[in-house]
Amino acid sequence: MGVGAAEAQFHVLAVDDSIIDRKLIERLLKTSSYQVTAVDSGSKALEFLGLNDQDDQGTIAEAPSVSLNNQHQDVDVNLIITDYCMPGMTGYDLLKKIKESKFLKDIPVVIMSSENEPSRINRCLEEGAEEFFLKPVKLSDVHKLRPHMMKGTSMEDEADIKGVEEIQSPEKTRTQYNGFDVVS
Amino acid sequence: MDAVAQWRKQWFDYTQYLRLEGFLDDQFAQLKKLQDENSPDFVVEVVSLFFQDSEKLLNNMARALEQNVVDFKQVDACVHQFKGSSAWIGAMRLKNVCINFRNYCEAQNLEGCLGCLQQVQQECSALKNNLENLFRLEQQIVAAGGSIPVME
Repeated sequence: MGVGAAEAQFHVLAVDDSIIDRKLIERLLKTSSYQVTAVDSGSKALEFLGLNDQDDQGTIAEAPSVSLNNQHQDVDVNLIITDYCMPGMTGYDLLKKIKESKFLKDIPVVIMSSENEPSRINRCLEEGAEEFFLKPVKLSDVHKLRPHMMKGTSMEDEADIKGVEEIQSPEKTRTQYNGFDVVS
Repeated sequence: MDAVAQWRKQWFDYTQYLRLEGFLDDQFAQLKKLQDENSPDFVVEVVSLFFQDSEKLLNNMARALEQNVVDFKQVDACVHQFKGSSAWIGAMRLKNVCINFRNYCEAQNLEGCLGCLQQVQQECSALKNNLENLFRLEQQIVAAGGSIPVME
């Protein structure tokens, strides 16, 4: 844990039907200090997230005061990383279900695959996947996850402010140099 | 040269041999990076899991290829999974045989598949021996109070 470890640990849900892949992904994530829950299928992932397979999302939308954190499992997942090729529900199917869900669509999803197929990669990215990792996944890949997990947290606001400041400073420099007060 | 130094040198020579012969590639070094004080037996655990899993997969492949009407898609699915697992532990030669194997599956070439199956079994056996040797060497180093060199 580095500086700023006052933040809660990020929680990643890993989905893969292969026991070896699950073990490796889990270790890669834990080495990067993430809390990990690993499941072996898309349907188990949805179950964990509080969304049933035959779910009628209309019902959830109608239920009063139901939010992601108030669902019966009180699950707080910051990122979902899933294998593409799985029997039954593929990683792509899972991605779609998550993005179609009012309560889950903002959770970043990363797809993994051992196949380097451009059409597959594009399809996933178009459906809203943040990243597509080729297996075997490396530690350097896992490092790419952090910015995605920062979305939707107070960290994001901080980052936004910094971004705005950075945009403004060149202006300030320019105005100082020119000696004019430019209002942007 | 004391015992530890001698074994460490042996370790270096052996890992170099394994890499030159293509038994292991860079991914194995990546695997070792994931091992630390919190997970001191990680590599051995993964490798054991791999060989357990591969035995099951190889049996499935063999059985599928014995059928009167061979379901090449099923065989391919097994090989695909096996190739994936092999890649995770850096088993380069195994991975390469799997690539050929999948091509034969796609071509529905039974003879080619059977040949590949035999090759996979042989490579798997050889890799198992090699890794057992490597791990034994590492155990000796640690037992003698030395530390296992860092790969790469």
